[in-house]
Amino acid sequence: MKKLWRSAATTAFALGVAAIFGPAPAKADTPQYGDELRLVVGSNIPSFDAHIESTFGMIHPIRPFYSVLIRVNPDNPSSPTDFVCDVCEGTVPKATDGGTKFTFKIRKDIKFHDGTPLTAHDVKATFDKIVFPPEGIASNRVAYFRAVESITTPDDYTVVFKLKTPTGTFLPSVAMPFNFIYAKKDLDTHGYTWHQKNVNGTGAFKFAEYVPGSHVRGEKYEGFHHKGMPYLDGFTAIAAPKMSVRLQAIRGGQADIEFRGFPPKARDDLVKALGNDITVQESDWNCVLIVTPNHEVKPMDDPRVRRALSLAIDRKGGSQYLSKIAIVKTVGGIVFPGHPLAATEAELSQLAGYGNDIEANRAEAKRLLKEAGHENLKVTLHNRGVDQPYKVVGTWLIDQWKKIGVQADQWVQPSTPFYATLRSKKDFTISLDFNCQSIINPIADISKYLPGAGANYAYFQDEQLVKWYDELLAEGDEGKQREIIRKYEKRVLDDLASQFITLWWYKINPYRSYVKGWKIAPSHYLNQALDNIWIDQTEKKRQLGG
Amino acid sequence: MYGYIVKRLLMLLPTLLGAAILVFLLLRLVPGDICLIKFGGEGAYADPEQIKQCQERLGLTQPIYIQFVEYIGGYLTFDLGTSMWTGRAVGHEIAIRFELSLQIAIMATLTSIIIAIPLGVISAAKQNTAVDYFVRGFSIAGIAMPSFWLGILIILGLLIGTQEFLGRPWMPPIHYKPIWEDPIHNISQLIWPALATGYRYSAVATRMTRSAMLEVLGEDYVRTARAKGLVESVIINKHALKNAMLPVVTIIGMEFAFLMGGLVVTEQVFNLNGIGKLFVESVTQSDFTLTQALVMLVVTIFIVMNFIVDVLYAWLDPRIRYS
Repeated sequence: MKKLWRSAATTAFALGVAAIFGPAPAKADTPQYGDELRLVVGSNIPSFDAHIESTFGMIHPIRPFYSVLIRVNPDNPSSPTDFVCDVCEGTVPKATDGGTKFTFKIRKDIKFHDGTPLTAHDVKATFDKIVFPPEGIASNRVAYFRAVESITTPDDYTVVFKLKTPTGTFLPSVAMPFNFIYAKKDLDTHGYTWHQKNVNGTGAFKFAEYVPGSHVRGEKYEGFHHKGMPYLDGFTAIAAPKMSVRLQAIRGGQADIEFRGFPPKARDDLVKALGNDITVQESDWNCVLIVTPNHEVKPMDDPRVRRALSLAIDRKGGSQYLSKIAIVKTVGGIVFPGHPLAATEAELSQLAGYGNDIEANRAEAKRLLKEAGHENLKVTLHNRGVDQPYKVVGTWLIDQWKKIGVQADQWVQPSTPFYATLRSKKDFTISLDFNCQSIINPIADISKYLPGAGANYAYFQDEQLVKWYDELLAEGDEGKQREIIRKYEKRVLDDLASQFITLWWYKINPYRSYVKGWKIAPSHYLNQALDNIWIDQTEKKRQLGG
Repeated sequence: MYGYIVKRLLMLLPTLLGAAILVFLLLRLVPGDICLIKFGGEGAYADPEQIKQCQERLGLTQPIYIQFVEYIGGYLTFDLGTSMWTGRAVGHEIAIRFELSLQIAIMATLTSIIIAIPLGVISAAKQNTAVDYFVRGFSIAGIAMPSFWLGILIILGLLIGTQEFLGRPWMPPIHYKPIWEDPIHNISQLIWPALATGYRYSAVATRMTRSAMLEVLGEDYVRTARAKGLVESVIINKHALKNAMLPVVTIIGMEFAFLMGGLVVTEQVFNLNGIGKLFVESVTQSDFTLTQALVMLVVTIFIVMNFIVDVLYAWLDPRIRYS
């Protein structure tokens, strides 16, 4: 029954979370071939090699040149659990051998853009580079594949992943959009760094041009393995670091779409200026702002103080008001809201700071501060010098803490010194931090809250959390995973208040309404292959003329 | 004249060497590690081993004197090195942006000259009249208004104006195409930043032209020319203007050099992929090799512009070369 409820909740989430408004897309649109998509990208490309990069500045312009083994369903990207084959055949395989073996059959009709046929050996060479990189070769996602024992190819079109233990993190990790499939021939001939500056993939578009700092251009790949696609003749990804430029470019007809997302005010401005010429898609976003107290600095070593600061936060009220001005909205726990492994509202309400009676929460917070001897607490919130949503949420937090008598101010730093301070262990008392992932992979994602984890800047130790996390990694049953996560979540957010959640991000994508076929995903890294996007050319002509 | 030019050319070398040493040392004093930014700049877990390998690969673990020798050696052989961030040749990174920055600098300088010199001369010739007051107001407005702000106003004006009058909003293109490839696209993109920056610099040059002209028009030889019965236009164009140009040439020369690397904010407003934007990116990414090369490029441009100004001085005022 529980499973049924969760399944229903997931379906409802999948249907509901991508709230689409603007012109109703109800009419059965038939995709049109031709034309080019102009997308604006708010970041530059450090290199073309997705295996070593983590930025959307690389994914948005380069992903269309490559395929991956499996991907989120481009027709249902808001579902956190719907994966489909890309270069593999049929449906995504189920684990065998007690959850320790995944066998992927590879399609036989795929060719790289240089004409080389794709085989299982290319897939193995790719994942060998990602999972077992040779000495001196960087790979950013080794940690996601720690459970992999071996990758073998029994024949030219079969790849087998053997795991050390069963784990629920494997398939979501394989589906990450960073796992571009490279040709073994390229890796053998040119070496492991060749893909940083060169492109040879099997994606919907062939690499045509790159002008550093300016744009990337792709042309339609006629031999693309998903028949009938892509619809576009090509695309140009234009680098535009300033948000105002990206926004005005869509308004002024110099760009069609931006995939990362805009704040609510920008959406409203565009809709006001262009009315029905703008379509808006919105979704929960797999990014969350976390308050990280430094347990090595007094008084954050006292759980009563940390708990009081969490209790002071009116998350529901914040969601209501902040969502009008910032890219945050959803109240949630440590797991992406709506995922089957996430806490329900009833479960959340049991945790410190999530109860409905905010006045009672704040009274309890004041009592805890008094008990800890910090009635007149002064704190400096360390924050990142980025408006959306860091500075907005930081300012709101200060207001929330003032309501329990805490005198707080903000210390804002640009990204580089901000993270240098977080890593320094002793230079901050309490800080905002974030957890932003591509594929929703709760078991991997919640490692952020694990004491001793590389990206956990709270600097504390807790054997219980480590024990539960190890149990979680080895647990194959979803029901039991959920139980462990609830205990883990309560310990992080309530018992220890080692870190606490503010609000989950909310993704808003306004774009020209002649762009069709794209569906929003809960991450700006997902659904960026561009193979299913098409342009309604009549509508485009009406809107832009010419 | 040739001796003067050779002497000025020889003086360029120690200036460049001094700048190179200063830039190298200053950049090593600035905190920040490109490897840490690359692997953990967005808050991701940065594996210490990975960071160490990156530092070794980029030569950052070498003793400072070896880094310096390699840096100077590279410059002496015209090898600017490889960008630590992108892995591409620094020369290539600069070359693809240089054309755009040069074109903007030329267009803005031309705009500045076309506006400043006639207005400055008219303002001086019509001193304390309504025309003079108008020109002075126009130039003060130009000085007071930052060019990036004027740029924002231009973009908003274009968006609102075109929507109002043409029925659909339009803004200038946001990616660059060379003028020989697509002249309409090129001009429709670059004319606006050129106007925004050109107006700012024309304001400075207008005021300089006006004050220099007023000074020259009060000289004895101008009074003599008037006493000889020469018409006013001949006095201004033939006798006064050339002598009044000395400070104006300096201003225009320095403005041109500044435009080549200093349009940081204006480039962002118009999304121009120029030298200024590259400068900011290289500094924020702690890309030493690229920052060093860009600083040296700007230093070289300033030195060369100074040299050209000096030569023009000597041409405009022969007394300079004899002294």
